[in-house]
Amino acid sequence: MGQDVQAAADNSSAAAAVEPILDVDGVTLQYKTKEHLITATYRVGFKVYPADRFVLLGPSGCGKSTLLKGVAGYMTPVEGAMRLKGREIHEPGPDRVMVFQEFDQLLPWKTVKQNITFALMNGGKCSTQKDADELAMEYIKKVKLDRFEDTYPHMLSGGMKQRVAIARGMAMEPDILLMDEPFAALDALTRLQMQEELLQLWEDTHFTVLFVTHSIEEALIVGSRILVLSPHPGQVKAELNAHHLNHSNVGDKEFSELQSKIHNMLFADRILEDELAAAEGAAQS
Amino acid sequence: MDTLPQLVIRPEFENTDIKDAHTGNIAVELSIVEKIWNINGIRKAVILLGLVITWQIYTVALDVEPLMFPSFLFSLERLLVDLFTGDLIFKIWFSVKVLLIGYSAGMAIAAVLVLWATASRLGSDFIATATAMFNPLPAIAMLPLAMLWFGLGTASLVFVLIHSVLWAVALNTHSGFKNVTETLKMIGENYGLRGVPFVCKVLVPAAFPSILSGMKVGWAFAWRTLIGAELVFGASSGSGGLGWYIFESSQNIETEGVFAGLFMVILIGIVVENVVFRNVELRTVNRWGMQR
Repeated sequence: MGQDVQAAADNSSAAAAVEPILDVDGVTLQYKTKEHLITATYRVGFKVYPADRFVLLGPSGCGKSTLLKGVAGYMTPVEGAMRLKGREIHEPGPDRVMVFQEFDQLLPWKTVKQNITFALMNGGKCSTQKDADELAMEYIKKVKLDRFEDTYPHMLSGGMKQRVAIARGMAMEPDILLMDEPFAALDALTRLQMQEELLQLWEDTHFTVLFVTHSIEEALIVGSRILVLSPHPGQVKAELNAHHLNHSNVGDKEFSELQSKIHNMLFADRILEDELAAAEGAAQS
Repeated sequence: MDTLPQLVIRPEFENTDIKDAHTGNIAVELSIVEKIWNINGIRKAVILLGLVITWQIYTVALDVEPLMFPSFLFSLERLLVDLFTGDLIFKIWFSVKVLLIGYSAGMAIAAVLVLWATASRLGSDFIATATAMFNPLPAIAMLPLAMLWFGLGTASLVFVLIHSVLWAVALNTHSGFKNVTETLKMIGENYGLRGVPFVCKVLVPAAFPSILSGMKVGWAFAWRTLIGAELVFGASSGSGGLGWYIFESSQNIETEGVFAGLFMVILIGIVVENVVFRNVELRTVNRWGMQR
Protein backbone atom coordinates (compact mmCIF):
# COMPACT_ATOMS: atom_id res chain seq x y z
CA MET A 1 0.00 0.00 0.00
CA GLY A 2 2.73 2.42 1.08
CA GLN A 3 4.72 1.52 -2.02
CA ASP A 4 1.76 2.27 -4.28
CA VAL A 5 1.33 5.72 -2.81
CA GLN A 6 5.04 6.32 -3.21
CA ALA A 7 4.92 5.21 -6.83
CA ALA A 8 1.92 7.41 -7.53
CA ALA A 9 3.69 10.40 -5.97
CA ASP A 10 6.81 9.77 -8.12
CA ASN A 11 4.66 9.47 -11.14
CA SER A 12 2.84 12.75 -10.60
CA SER A 13 6.04 14.67 -9.89
CA ALA A 14 7.58 13.33 -13.11
CA ALA A 15 4.38 14.10 -14.96
CA ALA A 16 4.23 17.67 -13.69
CA ALA A 17 7.16 18.60 -15.94
CA VAL A 18 5.45 17.29 -19.09
CA GLU A 19 1.93 18.27 -20.09
CA PRO A 20 -0.36 15.36 -20.90
CA ILE A 21 -1.44 15.09 -24.55
CA LEU A 22 -4.79 13.63 -23.70
CA ASP A 23 -6.73 14.31 -20.53
CA VAL A 24 -9.84 12.24 -19.93
CA ASP A 25 -11.57 13.65 -16.90
CA GLY A 26 -14.47 11.88 -15.18
CA VAL A 27 -16.07 10.79 -18.42
CA THR A 28 -19.42 9.02 -18.49
CA LEU A 29 -20.46 7.73 -21.89
CA GLN A 30 -23.94 6.51 -22.68
CA TYR A 31 -25.59 5.27 -25.83
CA LYS A 32 -29.14 4.35 -26.66
CA THR A 33 -30.38 1.15 -28.17
CA LYS A 34 -34.04 0.77 -29.12
CA GLU A 35 -35.04 -0.29 -25.61
CA HIS A 36 -32.24 0.62 -23.25
CA LEU A 37 -29.98 3.45 -22.30
CA ILE A 38 -26.61 1.81 -21.80
CA THR A 39 -23.92 3.34 -19.67
CA ALA A 40 -20.70 2.25 -21.32
CA THR A 41 -18.27 3.97 -18.97
CA TYR A 42 -18.84 5.64 -15.61
CA ARG A 43 -16.62 8.53 -14.51
CA VAL A 44 -13.47 7.23 -16.14
CA GLY A 45 -10.38 9.38 -15.88
CA PHE A 46 -6.82 8.98 -17.16
CA LYS A 47 -4.02 11.01 -18.66
CA VAL A 48 -1.93 10.07 -21.67
CA TYR A 49 1.56 11.58 -21.92
CA PRO A 50 3.72 12.03 -25.01
CA ALA A 51 5.28 8.79 -26.30
CA ASP A 52 2.93 6.69 -24.17
CA ARG A 53 1.81 3.37 -25.49
CA PHE A 54 -1.33 3.63 -23.40
CA VAL A 55 -3.49 0.51 -23.34
CA LEU A 56 -7.16 0.31 -22.41
CA LEU A 57 -7.62 -3.24 -21.21
CA GLY A 58 -10.75 -4.97 -20.07
CA PRO A 59 -13.27 -7.70 -20.78
CA SER A 60 -16.03 -7.16 -23.32
CA GLY A 61 -18.60 -4.72 -22.00
CA CYS A 62 -16.15 -2.51 -20.16
CA GLY A 63 -16.66 0.29 -22.66
CA LYS A 64 -13.08 0.45 -23.87
CA SER A 65 -14.03 0.73 -27.54
CA THR A 66 -16.71 3.27 -26.68
CA LEU A 67 -14.13 5.25 -24.76
CA LEU A 68 -11.87 5.24 -27.81
CA LYS A 69 -14.77 6.40 -30.00
CA GLY A 70 -15.31 9.19 -27.49
CA VAL A 71 -11.68 10.28 -27.77
CA ALA A 72 -11.95 10.08 -31.56
CA GLY A 73 -14.91 12.46 -31.34
CA TYR A 74 -17.67 10.14 -32.55
CA MET A 75 -19.43 10.30 -29.17
CA THR A 76 -19.99 13.13 -26.73
CA PRO A 77 -19.73 12.36 -23.01
CA VAL A 78 -22.82 13.02 -20.87
CA GLU A 79 -20.55 13.89 -17.97
CA GLY A 80 -16.93 14.98 -17.70
CA ALA A 81 -14.66 16.19 -20.48
CA MET A 82 -11.95 14.98 -22.82
CA ARG A 83 -9.17 17.37 -23.76
CA LEU A 84 -6.52 16.97 -26.42
CA LYS A 85 -3.62 19.34 -25.73
CA GLY A 86 -5.98 21.42 -23.58
CA ARG A 87 -8.67 21.76 -26.23
CA GLU A 88 -11.93 19.97 -25.61
CA ILE A 89 -12.85 17.25 -28.12
CA HIS A 90 -16.11 17.87 -29.97
CA GLU A 91 -15.90 16.11 -33.31
CA PRO A 92 -13.69 13.74 -35.29
CA GLY A 93 -10.57 15.30 -36.74
CA PRO A 94 -7.26 14.41 -38.36
CA ASP A 95 -5.31 15.24 -35.17
CA ARG A 96 -6.55 11.91 -33.74
CA VAL A 97 -6.33 9.17 -36.31
CA MET A 98 -8.20 5.95 -35.75
CA VAL A 99 -7.07 2.47 -36.82
CA PHE A 100 -9.95 0.01 -36.71
CA GLN A 101 -10.14 -3.72 -36.23
CA GLU A 102 -12.16 -4.23 -39.41
CA PHE A 103 -10.31 -4.93 -42.64
CA ASP A 104 -12.81 -2.79 -44.55
CA GLN A 105 -11.34 0.42 -43.15
CA LEU A 106 -9.35 0.84 -46.37
CA LEU A 107 -11.20 2.53 -49.20
CA PRO A 108 -11.62 -0.31 -51.70
CA TRP A 109 -11.63 2.09 -54.67
CA LYS A 110 -8.16 3.36 -53.89
CA THR A 111 -4.78 1.65 -54.13
CA VAL A 112 -2.50 1.28 -51.13
CA LYS A 113 -0.72 4.53 -51.96
CA GLN A 114 -3.92 6.39 -52.83
CA ASN A 115 -5.44 5.33 -49.50
CA ILE A 116 -2.62 7.11 -47.73
CA THR A 117 -2.51 10.16 -50.00
CA PHE A 118 -6.31 10.45 -49.66
CA ALA A 119 -5.83 10.85 -45.91
CA LEU A 120 -2.89 13.23 -46.28
CA MET A 121 -4.65 15.50 -48.77
CA ASN A 122 -8.07 15.60 -47.11
CA GLY A 123 -6.67 15.70 -43.60
CA GLY A 124 -4.70 18.82 -44.48
CA LYS A 125 -1.31 17.22 -43.91
CA CYS A 126 -0.08 17.76 -47.47
CA SER A 127 -1.17 20.42 -49.92
CA THR A 128 0.33 19.04 -53.12
CA GLN A 129 -0.04 15.60 -54.64
CA LYS A 130 3.74 15.33 -54.98
CA ASP A 131 4.36 15.88 -51.27
CA ALA A 132 1.62 13.43 -50.40
CA ASP A 133 3.07 10.78 -52.74
CA GLU A 134 6.52 11.13 -51.23
CA LEU A 135 5.30 10.96 -47.64
CA ALA A 136 3.04 8.02 -48.47
CA MET A 137 5.92 6.08 -50.02
CA GLU A 138 8.07 6.77 -46.98
CA TYR A 139 5.49 5.18 -44.68
CA ILE A 140 4.72 2.35 -47.10
CA LYS A 141 8.43 1.45 -46.90
CA LYS A 142 8.26 1.66 -43.11
CA VAL A 143 5.57 -1.01 -42.99
CA LYS A 144 7.46 -3.02 -45.63
CA LEU A 145 4.80 -2.81 -48.31
CA ASP A 146 6.86 -1.29 -51.12
CA ARG A 147 6.09 -3.18 -54.36
CA PHE A 148 2.44 -3.22 -53.24
CA GLU A 149 1.78 0.53 -53.45
CA ASP A 150 -0.35 0.23 -56.60
CA THR A 151 -2.33 -2.77 -55.39
CA TYR A 152 -6.00 -2.52 -54.49
CA PRO A 153 -6.93 -3.54 -50.93
CA HIS A 154 -9.00 -6.57 -51.93
CA MET A 155 -5.83 -8.25 -53.20
CA LEU A 156 -4.01 -7.92 -49.87
CA SER A 157 -3.99 -10.31 -46.91
CA GLY A 158 -5.52 -9.27 -43.59
CA GLY A 159 -2.16 -8.45 -42.05
CA MET A 160 -1.14 -6.35 -45.04
CA LYS A 161 -4.41 -4.40 -44.88
CA GLN A 162 -3.78 -3.60 -41.23
CA ARG A 163 -0.24 -2.50 -42.13
CA VAL A 164 -1.66 -0.07 -44.68
CA ALA A 165 -4.13 1.25 -42.11
CA ILE A 166 -1.31 1.75 -39.62
CA ALA A 167 0.88 3.41 -42.25
CA ARG A 168 -2.03 5.72 -43.15
CA GLY A 169 -2.54 6.63 -39.50
CA MET A 170 1.15 7.21 -38.85
CA ALA A 171 1.72 9.20 -42.03
CA MET A 172 -0.76 11.75 -40.71
CA GLU A 173 1.58 12.20 -37.74
CA PRO A 174 -1.40 12.83 -35.46
CA ASP A 175 -1.11 14.02 -31.86
CA ILE A 176 -2.34 10.61 -30.84
CA LEU A 177 -2.90 7.40 -32.77
CA LEU A 178 -6.05 5.54 -31.70
CA MET A 179 -6.02 1.78 -32.26
CA ASP A 180 -9.18 -0.24 -31.70
CA GLU A 181 -8.08 -3.89 -31.35
CA PRO A 182 -6.16 -3.57 -34.62
CA PHE A 183 -4.75 -7.09 -34.50
CA ALA A 184 -7.78 -8.92 -33.09
CA ALA A 185 -8.96 -10.24 -36.45
CA LEU A 186 -5.52 -11.57 -37.43
CA ASP A 187 -4.20 -15.08 -37.01
CA ALA A 188 -1.88 -15.69 -34.05
CA LEU A 189 1.39 -15.72 -36.03
CA THR A 190 0.59 -12.56 -37.96
CA ARG A 191 -0.56 -10.87 -34.76
CA LEU A 192 2.76 -11.62 -33.09
CA GLN A 193 4.65 -10.23 -36.07
CA MET A 194 2.47 -7.09 -36.18
CA GLN A 195 3.01 -6.43 -32.46
CA GLU A 196 6.76 -6.63 -32.99
CA GLU A 197 6.60 -4.33 -36.00
CA LEU A 198 4.48 -1.82 -34.09
CA LEU A 199 7.09 -1.71 -31.33
CA GLN A 200 9.87 -1.23 -33.91
CA LEU A 201 7.93 1.63 -35.49
CA TRP A 202 7.50 3.15 -32.05
CA GLU A 203 11.27 2.92 -31.48
CA ASP A 204 11.74 5.07 -34.63
CA THR A 205 9.49 7.99 -33.81
CA HIS A 206 8.12 7.50 -30.27
CA PHE A 207 4.60 8.37 -31.38
CA THR A 208 1.78 8.48 -28.83
CA VAL A 209 -0.75 5.70 -29.13
CA LEU A 210 -3.96 4.77 -27.33
CA PHE A 211 -4.49 1.08 -27.85
CA VAL A 212 -7.58 -0.96 -27.02
CA THR A 213 -7.32 -4.70 -26.46
CA HIS A 214 -8.96 -7.49 -24.51
CA SER A 215 -5.82 -9.63 -24.46
CA ILE A 216 -3.76 -9.29 -21.28
CA GLU A 217 -0.69 -10.63 -23.06
CA GLU A 218 -1.02 -8.13 -25.90
CA ALA A 219 -1.46 -5.31 -23.38
CA LEU A 220 1.76 -6.26 -21.59
CA ILE A 221 3.75 -6.64 -24.81
CA VAL A 222 2.50 -3.55 -26.64
CA GLY A 223 1.70 -1.21 -23.78
CA SER A 224 3.91 1.03 -21.71
CA ARG A 225 1.06 1.83 -19.35
CA ILE A 226 -2.12 -0.13 -18.87
CA LEU A 227 -5.51 1.10 -17.73
CA VAL A 228 -7.51 -1.84 -16.42
CA LEU A 229 -11.27 -1.38 -16.71
CA SER A 230 -14.05 -3.34 -15.03
CA PRO A 231 -17.24 -4.13 -16.93
CA HIS A 232 -20.91 -3.00 -16.72
CA PRO A 233 -20.34 -0.07 -16.66
CA GLY A 234 -16.66 0.50 -17.39
CA GLN A 235 -14.84 1.91 -14.40
CA VAL A 236 -11.13 2.33 -13.74
CA LYS A 237 -9.78 -0.61 -11.80
CA ALA A 238 -6.08 0.17 -11.93
CA GLU A 239 -3.32 1.85 -13.91
CA LEU A 240 -0.18 -0.25 -14.25
CA ASN A 241 3.27 0.09 -15.83
CA ALA A 242 4.42 -2.33 -18.49
CA HIS A 243 7.07 -0.28 -20.30
CA HIS A 244 9.77 -2.76 -19.29
CA LEU A 245 8.02 -5.74 -20.88
CA ASN A 246 8.00 -6.96 -24.49
CA HIS A 247 8.05 -10.19 -26.46
CA SER A 248 11.34 -11.33 -24.99
CA ASN A 249 9.80 -11.30 -21.51
CA VAL A 250 6.89 -13.57 -22.32
CA GLY A 251 7.04 -16.45 -19.86
CA ASP A 252 9.38 -14.60 -17.47
CA LYS A 253 8.50 -14.56 -13.79
CA GLU A 254 7.75 -10.84 -13.78
CA PHE A 255 5.62 -11.07 -16.92
CA SER A 256 3.54 -13.95 -15.63
CA GLU A 257 3.11 -12.32 -12.23
CA LEU A 258 1.75 -9.13 -13.76
CA GLN A 259 -0.35 -11.21 -16.10
CA SER A 260 -1.96 -13.15 -13.27
CA LYS A 261 -2.34 -9.95 -11.22
CA ILE A 262 -4.41 -8.38 -14.00
CA HIS A 263 -6.21 -11.64 -14.55
CA ASN A 264 -7.23 -11.70 -10.90
CA MET A 265 -8.34 -8.06 -11.03
CA LEU A 266 -10.59 -8.73 -13.99
CA PHE A 267 -12.07 -11.93 -12.67
CA ALA A 268 -12.28 -11.09 -8.95
CA ASP A 269 -15.67 -9.48 -9.53
CA ARG A 270 -17.04 -12.51 -11.20
CA ILE A 271 -15.99 -14.78 -8.37
CA LEU A 272 -17.44 -12.34 -5.85
CA GLU A 273 -20.71 -12.16 -7.76
CA ASP A 274 -20.87 -15.92 -7.95
CA GLU A 275 -20.29 -16.16 -4.20
CA LEU A 276 -22.94 -13.54 -3.53
CA ALA A 277 -25.40 -15.37 -5.72
CA ALA A 278 -24.60 -18.60 -3.95
CA ALA A 279 -24.98 -16.96 -0.55
CA GLU A 280 -28.32 -15.44 -1.58
CA GLY A 281 -29.46 -18.79 -2.83
CA ALA A 282 -28.48 -20.38 0.48
CA ALA A 283 -30.25 -17.65 2.48
CA GLN A 284 -33.46 -18.09 0.52
CA SER A 285 -33.58 -21.86 0.95
CA MET B 1 -12.94 -53.47 -28.41
CA ASP B 2 -10.27 -54.52 -26.02
CA THR B 3 -7.44 -52.48 -27.55
CA LEU B 4 -7.72 -48.75 -28.32
CA PRO B 5 -5.65 -47.50 -31.28
CA GLN B 6 -2.26 -46.50 -29.92
CA LEU B 7 -0.14 -43.51 -30.92
CA VAL B 8 2.50 -44.48 -33.43
CA ILE B 9 5.66 -42.62 -32.47
CA ARG B 10 7.74 -41.85 -35.57
CA PRO B 11 11.20 -40.36 -35.87
CA GLU B 12 11.36 -36.58 -36.38
CA PHE B 13 13.07 -34.99 -39.35
CA GLU B 14 14.00 -31.54 -40.57
CA ASN B 15 14.42 -30.49 -44.16
CA THR B 16 17.60 -28.43 -44.32
CA ASP B 17 17.92 -27.72 -48.06
CA ILE B 18 14.40 -26.55 -48.81
CA LYS B 19 15.70 -23.84 -51.17
CA ASP B 20 16.99 -26.36 -53.67
CA ALA B 21 13.54 -27.40 -54.74
CA HIS B 22 12.79 -26.65 -58.39
CA THR B 23 9.21 -26.16 -59.32
CA GLY B 24 8.43 -26.48 -62.99
CA ASN B 25 5.54 -24.79 -64.71
CA ILE B 26 2.59 -26.55 -63.16
CA ALA B 27 -0.06 -24.76 -65.22
CA VAL B 28 -1.49 -26.90 -68.00
CA GLU B 29 -1.93 -25.23 -71.38
CA LEU B 30 -5.50 -25.25 -72.65
CA SER B 31 -6.14 -26.38 -76.20
CA ILE B 32 -7.10 -23.76 -78.82
CA VAL B 33 -10.72 -24.99 -78.89
CA GLU B 34 -11.03 -24.72 -75.12
CA LYS B 35 -9.48 -21.24 -75.16
CA ILE B 36 -11.94 -20.01 -77.77
CA TRP B 37 -14.89 -21.62 -76.00
CA ASN B 38 -13.82 -19.87 -72.78
CA ILE B 39 -14.48 -16.44 -74.31
CA ASN B 40 -17.89 -15.25 -73.11
CA GLY B 41 -18.62 -13.34 -76.31
CA ILE B 42 -18.00 -16.41 -78.48
CA ARG B 43 -20.47 -18.54 -76.51
CA LYS B 44 -23.11 -15.83 -76.64
CA ALA B 45 -22.51 -15.31 -80.37
CA VAL B 46 -23.05 -19.04 -80.96
CA ILE B 47 -26.42 -18.81 -79.17
CA LEU B 48 -27.44 -15.81 -81.29
CA LEU B 49 -26.34 -17.53 -84.46
CA GLY B 50 -28.43 -20.56 -83.51
CA LEU B 51 -31.53 -18.42 -83.03
CA VAL B 52 -31.02 -16.63 -86.34
CA ILE B 53 -30.51 -19.87 -88.27
CA THR B 54 -33.65 -21.37 -86.73
CA TRP B 55 -35.60 -18.28 -87.76
CA GLN B 56 -34.28 -18.33 -91.33
CA ILE B 57 -34.92 -22.05 -91.77
CA TYR B 58 -38.43 -21.74 -90.31
CA THR B 59 -39.49 -18.93 -92.64
CA VAL B 60 -37.89 -20.31 -95.80
CA ALA B 61 -38.66 -23.99 -95.34
CA LEU B 62 -42.31 -23.46 -94.39
CA ASP B 63 -42.70 -20.63 -96.91
CA VAL B 64 -44.22 -18.24 -94.35
CA GLU B 65 -46.06 -15.18 -95.70
CA PRO B 66 -43.44 -12.31 -95.55
CA LEU B 67 -46.17 -9.84 -94.61
CA MET B 68 -46.72 -11.75 -91.37
CA PHE B 69 -43.19 -12.95 -90.63
CA PRO B 70 -40.42 -11.97 -93.02
CA SER B 71 -37.25 -14.04 -93.08
CA PHE B 72 -34.17 -12.92 -91.19
CA LEU B 73 -32.13 -12.09 -94.27
CA PHE B 74 -34.96 -10.08 -95.81
CA SER B 75 -35.33 -7.99 -92.62
CA LEU B 76 -31.58 -7.55 -92.39
CA GLU B 77 -31.40 -6.37 -95.98
CA ARG B 78 -34.09 -3.77 -95.29
CA LEU B 79 -32.19 -2.62 -92.21
CA LEU B 80 -28.95 -2.16 -94.12
CA VAL B 81 -30.64 -0.40 -97.02
CA ASP B 82 -32.47 2.05 -94.74
CA LEU B 83 -29.40 2.54 -92.63
CA PHE B 84 -27.09 3.48 -95.51
CA THR B 85 -29.43 4.98 -98.08
CA GLY B 86 -32.46 6.05 -96.05
CA ASP B 87 -32.84 8.35 -93.08
CA LEU B 88 -32.87 5.60 -90.41
CA ILE B 89 -29.54 6.83 -89.07
CA PHE B 90 -31.04 10.27 -88.36
CA LYS B 91 -34.02 8.68 -86.65
CA ILE B 92 -31.67 6.69 -84.43
CA TRP B 93 -29.72 9.84 -83.63
CA PHE B 94 -32.96 11.66 -82.81
CA SER B 95 -33.97 8.92 -80.33
CA VAL B 96 -30.53 8.65 -78.76
CA LYS B 97 -30.29 12.42 -78.37
CA VAL B 98 -33.66 12.65 -76.59
CA LEU B 99 -32.68 9.69 -74.46
CA LEU B 100 -29.41 11.24 -73.38
CA ILE B 101 -31.10 14.52 -72.45
CA GLY B 102 -33.80 12.75 -70.44
CA TYR B 103 -31.34 10.35 -68.83
CA SER B 104 -28.91 13.01 -67.69
CA ALA B 105 -31.70 15.28 -66.44
CA GLY B 106 -33.13 12.34 -64.47
CA MET B 107 -29.71 11.56 -62.99
CA ALA B 108 -29.16 15.19 -62.00
CA ILE B 109 -32.52 15.45 -60.23
CA ALA B 110 -31.86 12.11 -58.52
CA ALA B 111 -28.50 13.43 -57.29
CA VAL B 112 -30.14 16.50 -55.77
CA LEU B 113 -32.85 14.41 -54.10
CA VAL B 114 -30.35 11.94 -52.66
CA LEU B 115 -28.15 14.75 -51.36
CA TRP B 116 -31.19 16.16 -49.59
CA ALA B 117 -32.04 12.71 -48.24
CA THR B 118 -28.50 12.28 -46.90
CA ALA B 119 -28.59 15.64 -45.18
CA SER B 120 -32.00 15.42 -43.51
CA ARG B 121 -34.50 12.90 -42.29
CA LEU B 122 -37.30 14.72 -44.08
CA GLY B 123 -35.48 14.28 -47.38
CA SER B 124 -35.00 10.62 -46.63
CA ASP B 125 -38.72 10.25 -45.90
CA PHE B 126 -39.53 12.13 -49.09
CA ILE B 127 -37.47 9.74 -51.23
CA ALA B 128 -39.04 6.72 -49.55
CA THR B 129 -42.59 8.01 -50.06
CA ALA B 130 -42.09 9.41 -53.55
CA THR B 131 -40.40 6.24 -54.78
CA ALA B 132 -43.15 4.09 -53.33
CA MET B 133 -45.71 6.25 -55.17
CA PHE B 134 -44.05 6.83 -58.53
CA ASN B 135 -41.80 3.80 -59.09
CA PRO B 136 -44.68 1.41 -59.82
CA LEU B 137 -46.28 3.96 -62.14
CA PRO B 138 -45.36 3.12 -65.77
CA ALA B 139 -43.80 6.15 -67.42
CA ILE B 140 -45.98 5.60 -70.49
CA ALA B 141 -49.03 6.23 -68.27
CA MET B 142 -47.73 9.76 -67.74
CA LEU B 143 -47.65 10.39 -71.48
CA PRO B 144 -51.22 11.74 -71.88
CA LEU B 145 -50.54 14.20 -69.09
CA ALA B 146 -47.19 15.15 -70.58
CA MET B 147 -48.79 15.77 -73.98
CA LEU B 148 -51.37 17.99 -72.34
CA TRP B 149 -48.75 20.02 -70.52
CA PHE B 150 -45.88 20.12 -72.98
CA GLY B 151 -47.53 19.34 -76.32
CA LEU B 152 -46.32 16.91 -78.97
CA GLY B 153 -42.58 17.37 -78.85
CA THR B 154 -39.26 16.62 -77.29
CA ALA B 155 -40.30 18.24 -74.00
CA SER B 156 -42.99 15.61 -73.43
CA LEU B 157 -40.56 12.80 -74.19
CA VAL B 158 -37.97 14.23 -71.84
CA PHE B 159 -40.60 14.53 -69.12
CA VAL B 160 -41.56 10.85 -69.26
CA LEU B 161 -37.90 9.86 -69.54
CA ILE B 162 -37.05 11.78 -66.37
CA HIS B 163 -39.90 10.03 -64.64
CA SER B 164 -38.62 6.61 -65.72
CA VAL B 165 -34.99 7.24 -64.71
CA LEU B 166 -35.36 9.33 -61.57
CA TRP B 167 -36.97 6.91 -59.14
CA ALA B 168 -34.89 3.87 -60.03
CA VAL B 169 -31.64 5.81 -59.66
CA ALA B 170 -32.71 7.69 -56.52
CA LEU B 171 -33.94 4.54 -54.78
CA ASN B 172 -30.79 2.54 -55.56
CA THR B 173 -28.41 5.35 -54.68
CA HIS B 174 -30.19 6.09 -51.43
CA SER B 175 -30.23 2.46 -50.32
CA GLY B 176 -26.60 2.14 -51.42
CA PHE B 177 -25.67 5.08 -49.19
CA LYS B 178 -27.49 3.51 -46.27
CA ASN B 179 -25.53 0.29 -46.71
CA VAL B 180 -22.10 1.93 -46.60
CA THR B 181 -20.32 0.42 -43.60
CA GLU B 182 -19.99 2.47 -40.46
CA THR B 183 -16.20 2.01 -40.55
CA LEU B 184 -15.83 3.71 -43.95
CA LYS B 185 -18.04 6.61 -42.85
CA MET B 186 -15.99 7.01 -39.69
CA ILE B 187 -12.77 6.97 -41.74
CA GLY B 188 -14.15 9.75 -43.93
CA GLU B 189 -15.07 11.87 -40.93
CA ASN B 190 -11.75 11.11 -39.27
CA TYR B 191 -9.86 12.73 -42.13
CA GLY B 192 -12.02 15.83 -41.89
CA LEU B 193 -14.56 15.23 -44.66
CA ARG B 194 -18.05 16.68 -44.13
CA GLY B 195 -21.05 17.54 -46.28
CA VAL B 196 -20.77 17.39 -50.08
CA PRO B 197 -17.07 16.36 -50.19
CA PHE B 198 -17.91 13.52 -47.79
CA VAL B 199 -20.73 12.35 -50.08
CA CYS B 200 -18.61 12.61 -53.24
CA LYS B 201 -15.39 11.13 -51.88
CA VAL B 202 -16.73 8.43 -49.58
CA LEU B 203 -20.43 7.63 -50.02
CA VAL B 204 -20.59 7.67 -53.83
CA PRO B 205 -17.62 5.36 -54.48
CA ALA B 206 -18.53 3.11 -51.55
CA ALA B 207 -22.10 2.75 -52.83
CA PHE B 208 -21.07 2.56 -56.47
CA PRO B 209 -22.20 -1.05 -57.12
CA SER B 210 -25.70 -0.10 -56.09
CA ILE B 211 -25.62 3.24 -57.93
CA LEU B 212 -24.49 1.45 -61.08
CA SER B 213 -27.30 -1.09 -60.86
CA GLY B 214 -29.74 1.81 -60.44
CA MET B 215 -28.28 3.42 -63.56
CA LYS B 216 -28.68 0.17 -65.49
CA VAL B 217 -32.29 -0.27 -64.43
CA GLY B 218 -32.94 3.40 -65.18
CA TRP B 219 -31.39 3.04 -68.64
CA ALA B 220 -33.55 0.00 -69.45
CA PHE B 221 -36.69 1.80 -68.27
CA ALA B 222 -35.79 4.90 -70.25
CA TRP B 223 -35.09 3.08 -73.50
CA ARG B 224 -38.34 1.13 -73.30
CA THR B 225 -40.30 4.23 -72.39
CA LEU B 226 -38.82 6.24 -75.24
CA ILE B 227 -39.58 3.67 -77.94
CA GLY B 228 -43.06 3.21 -76.51
CA ALA B 229 -43.72 6.94 -76.40
CA GLU B 230 -42.45 7.41 -79.95
CA LEU B 231 -44.89 4.73 -81.11
CA VAL B 232 -47.68 6.93 -79.81
CA PHE B 233 -46.32 10.11 -81.33
CA GLY B 234 -42.85 10.44 -82.73
CA ALA B 235 -43.08 12.84 -85.60
CA SER B 236 -42.85 16.34 -84.35
CA SER B 237 -41.58 19.09 -86.60
CA GLY B 238 -40.88 16.58 -89.33
CA SER B 239 -38.36 14.38 -87.57
CA GLY B 240 -39.25 11.17 -85.80
CA GLY B 241 -37.28 8.64 -83.81
CA LEU B 242 -36.75 4.92 -83.95
CA GLY B 243 -40.17 4.17 -82.46
CA TRP B 244 -41.76 6.31 -85.16
CA TYR B 245 -39.87 4.33 -87.81
CA ILE B 246 -41.39 1.09 -86.48
CA PHE B 247 -44.86 2.65 -86.39
CA GLU B 248 -44.52 4.02 -89.93
CA SER B 249 -43.32 0.67 -91.29
CA SER B 250 -46.27 -1.13 -89.77
CA GLN B 251 -48.70 1.47 -91.14
CA ASN B 252 -47.21 0.90 -94.62
CA ILE B 253 -47.52 -2.86 -94.11
CA GLU B 254 -43.75 -3.26 -94.41
CA THR B 255 -43.30 -5.91 -91.74
CA GLU B 256 -39.61 -6.32 -92.59
CA GLY B 257 -39.23 -2.63 -91.65
CA VAL B 258 -40.80 -3.35 -88.26
CA PHE B 259 -38.25 -6.10 -87.74
CA ALA B 260 -35.44 -3.83 -88.90
CA GLY B 261 -36.53 -1.26 -86.31
CA LEU B 262 -36.72 -3.88 -83.58
CA PHE B 263 -33.22 -5.06 -84.53
CA MET B 264 -31.93 -1.57 -83.98
CA VAL B 265 -33.68 -1.27 -80.61
CA ILE B 266 -32.14 -4.56 -79.47
CA LEU B 267 -28.74 -3.72 -80.92
CA ILE B 268 -28.50 -0.38 -79.15
CA GLY B 269 -29.66 -2.03 -75.93
CA ILE B 270 -26.96 -4.69 -76.20
CA VAL B 271 -24.23 -2.18 -77.04
CA VAL B 272 -25.06 0.04 -74.05
CA GLU B 273 -25.31 -2.91 -71.68
CA ASN B 274 -22.29 -4.90 -72.87
CA VAL B 275 -19.97 -2.15 -74.02
CA VAL B 276 -20.76 1.00 -72.05
CA PHE B 277 -21.88 -0.40 -68.70
CA ARG B 278 -19.57 -3.41 -68.91
CA ASN B 279 -16.56 -1.13 -69.33
CA VAL B 280 -17.64 1.10 -66.47
CA GLU B 281 -17.96 -2.03 -64.31
CA LEU B 282 -14.55 -3.34 -65.31
CA ARG B 283 -12.91 -0.03 -64.50
CA THR B 284 -14.70 0.45 -61.18
CA VAL B 285 -16.46 -2.19 -59.12
CA ASN B 286 -14.60 -5.15 -60.64
CA ARG B 287 -11.24 -3.46 -60.29
CA TRP B 288 -11.99 -2.51 -56.68
CA GLY B 289 -13.03 -6.05 -55.80
CA MET B 290 -16.56 -4.99 -54.86
CA GLN B 291 -18.05 -7.30 -57.45
CA ARG B 292 -16.60 -10.34 -59.14
